[in-house]
Amino acid sequence: MKAKVKERDRDNDFVVKIATVNGTGSASANALLMKSIFRMGVPVMGKNYFPSNIQGLPTWYEIRVTKDGYVARSGRLDIMVAMNAETYVRDLKEVSTGGYLIYDSTWPRSALLQRDDITIIGVPLAKLCNENFEGVRSRILMKNISYVGVLAALLDIDLEKLKELLNETYASKASLIAANLKAIELGHRYTKENFACPLPFKVRPMDKTKGNIMIDGNTAAALGCVYAGATVGAWYPITPSTSLMDGFKSFCQKLRVDPETGKKNFMIIQAEDELAAIGIVLGASWNGARAFTPTSGPGISLMNEFLGLAYYAEVPAVIFNVQRVGPSTGMPTRTQQADIMLCAYASHGDTRHVLLFPANPQECFYQAVMAFDLAERLQTPVFVMSDLDIGMNDWMCPDLKWDDSYRPDRGKMLSLEEVLKLDKFFRFVDRDEDGITYRTLPGMHPKAAYFTRGSGHTQYGGYTEDSTEYQIVLDRLKRKFATAARMMPKAVFEQRGQFDVGIVAVGSSDGAVREALDILQARGVGVNYMRIRAFPFGKEVDDFLDEHEIIFVVEQNRDAQLRSLLTLETPVEKSKLRSILHYSGLSISSECIVNGVLAEVGEGRGRAIGAVS
Amino acid sequence: MSYLLKPKVAHPSLPRNELGLTRRDYEGVMSTLCAGCGHDSITAAITEACWGLSLEPQNIVKLSGIGCSSKTTAYFVSGGHGFNSVHGRMPSIATGAYAANRELHYIGVSGDGDTLSIGLGQFCHAIRRNIKLLYIIENNGVYGLTKGQFSASADVGSKAKKGEANTQQPIDPVLTALSLGATFVARSFSGDKEQLVPLIQAGFNHKGFALIDVLSPCVTFNDHEGSTKSYVFTREHYHEAVHTDFVAPMKEITAQYPEGEVLPVTMHDGAQIRLRKIDRNYNPVDRPAAYEYIQRKMAEKEFLTGLLYVEPSQSDFHDLNDTPAGPLNQVPYEKLTPGSKGLQKILSRYR
Repeated sequence: MKAKVKERDRDNDFVVKIATVNGTGSASANALLMKSIFRMGVPVMGKNYFPSNIQGLPTWYEIRVTKDGYVARSGRLDIMVAMNAETYVRDLKEVSTGGYLIYDSTWPRSALLQRDDITIIGVPLAKLCNENFEGVRSRILMKNISYVGVLAALLDIDLEKLKELLNETYASKASLIAANLKAIELGHRYTKENFACPLPFKVRPMDKTKGNIMIDGNTAAALGCVYAGATVGAWYPITPSTSLMDGFKSFCQKLRVDPETGKKNFMIIQAEDELAAIGIVLGASWNGARAFTPTSGPGISLMNEFLGLAYYAEVPAVIFNVQRVGPSTGMPTRTQQADIMLCAYASHGDTRHVLLFPANPQECFYQAVMAFDLAERLQTPVFVMSDLDIGMNDWMCPDLKWDDSYRPDRGKMLSLEEVLKLDKFFRFVDRDEDGITYRTLPGMHPKAAYFTRGSGHTQYGGYTEDSTEYQIVLDRLKRKFATAARMMPKAVFEQRGQFDVGIVAVGSSDGAVREALDILQARGVGVNYMRIRAFPFGKEVDDFLDEHEIIFVVEQNRDAQLRSLLTLETPVEKSKLRSILHYSGLSISSECIVNGVLAEVGEGRGRAIGAVS
Repeated sequence: MSYLLKPKVAHPSLPRNELGLTRRDYEGVMSTLCAGCGHDSITAAITEACWGLSLEPQNIVKLSGIGCSSKTTAYFVSGGHGFNSVHGRMPSIATGAYAANRELHYIGVSGDGDTLSIGLGQFCHAIRRNIKLLYIIENNGVYGLTKGQFSASADVGSKAKKGEANTQQPIDPVLTALSLGATFVARSFSGDKEQLVPLIQAGFNHKGFALIDVLSPCVTFNDHEGSTKSYVFTREHYHEAVHTDFVAPMKEITAQYPEGEVLPVTMHDGAQIRLRKIDRNYNPVDRPAAYEYIQRKMAEKEFLTGLLYVEPSQSDFHDLNDTPAGPLNQVPYEKLTPGSKGLQKILSRYR
């Protein structure tokens, strides 16, 4: 990697970051920019770093143009668009050597705020917009659209694609299309006239986005809920999960209104708090509807009591935990994977829960559907452990596919005919010896009736304080968890060779790990990789841990929660597990992982068994 | 010994309802509450009301939280599903259950601790949502299972068993419900089955949230002198303002009432309740007037009972959400997704 970077090499391989103030229209400008690159056939990644605020605080948007299709942050920054005077100093500092900084030269910049190792480009955007637009609000909004024009000129972005997108976005508002286009052209023209365009970093059309979409994980999960046949959604608004229910609502309004009667085949209930939200989900699931709640860490904390009830009384539930930065209120608009332990053992007493770890929006879709099936098969809460990075950022991912033969798997739910054939129905008797018992729905038949309770109960459903009767049920629940381990989606492996070093990760760390594997391999360090997709862990997880001598557990929290869970729930020798921890609130970069591995293993030394080229 | 199954043998001479079922068919497991507990009388009244209404036992869904009162859902209608959930959170379970299937009869049994302390928030929001739920508070002013602490319904000055007097203002569920827009608000006394049974029957037929606050003395911890929730005190101070007779749909109305004293109210399904004013000054269809009168009487240490406020025709939770007429949990899967073709169309927005 020490070879001099040729100009050509940086085509479709660079990072742009835009610093603005929130509430000033920069979100639509950034979306426009990213989508236009995507439409040029070039893989692109976008990350939004926004404040927990409505208007006036600093916000950044990072766009990585990546011909190799990497989906994580690289840790590098080639072009900074510094539109926010308040953060100018730190924005300037962040640019990598050889990079560029674009700023609004309407206001003079102090001579001190310069760097010799980067190129600074001043475009008087405010001045241009003040001359061409009326009204304060319009001038602010258009100033942010005009930097799209500047970048289009510098990066050779196709203006036609931008026009096409504007036409689609504002199809019903012709005046907005004209104004936006004018702002883009102002920036574009000025840049073309005053600077050498394009820069050495530019966007060159490719054909690598066909068959892909740009979607965020919350929208994809919401779509999964629609396809799983969920009819009841209960929630209390909380960042960063809110857009999941917004998505569900908007899909349902289009897809779930009966064309004949106009009636809604769904019910969305905004509860008074998360305690009620999970209660509503349990009530609905118990009564035979597929029900879910989207939330984040603070919501899970509040739901704990009900989660224990759901575990013990064996009520299905689907919980989307779009994780954010804790502890407590933490940083609501930043990302982390710090609720692993909280969810794995939520509530008092001996409880263990099923977790799914989607790594990207397409897995949010598939795992949402899977979560409903697993919740009903196992009659227990299932957590989909997404995070803010997956949930709220647009990711490029392959088209979602749907098999029309799918029907919801309701698990061991007895039909009326089956109930009538029984001598007597007992809710908690383990007829199949897999720990999973049969359930019935209210309204069926007096013979099907049973009493659900969180108090000690016998396998026949009665109240008990008898030690033996209590233990029969509690031990069966343990067997059920062992059955669950065999139903979970298997871990995904990237076996790069006969190496004794491995990396283990979950969820959104995946992109950064995969890129790190490439970088490490180029440096002669061979590493295998296992991405765990579910808890309880399957046997394949034990095997991978057994087969490697040094295992880096990469995760986005301070306390090595995944590592803790592995030491508790697998036979792995604790000393084999090394942590690479990232908990800044920004999504993890490949750089962080490469450095973490090299610090331990050493560059060029390799830890390979056998030859590494 | 934790619970006992009652023998289910019914004597052939026992009266049968329209479904051919006897009262025994509406019973549950043996109560484990203290002998003489007011709650057992309420259980008996619920059993009687369900039998009288000829409800299909499997269509009765019994919900509760935690506490002595919440245990009682096991003591009636064992042919219906029951859900004894967590403390103070029964209204959310009821909301979800009702969302999933609007066709069943939902009865929630709670206590004063479960409703007015830990569960006050959920109680209020269930009223706001107007879920079709008959919500019974078995109100004894005391925490029984933890041995006698005051609850939020204890009156100022009421004495605990060990002599300590309550100093905090009580939360009155009837006034609270009225102020929140509840459309069926009743108060009764566990010792007055004649009043309670028709109230429960009317409550089951109400389209929306129906509250019955039942004063139900705790014989072990709150039945002593100085308590305002004892049998003696309640009998002396409860005062029936309105007597309710319930007439099921299609039944001929046979009872005779003096002219001008009876207010017939037709329920959403054609059933009728006839409100007989005992207290001539009382108006059970005027919310502000009812609120003012109940409050004034409370200050005089008089507990008005009966169906204190009713507003029969309105939109319940499902109407407000514009859901189909049938149960949401029975909508065929094919109606819930647009399949692979529909997915293609949806994805075009994300290219």
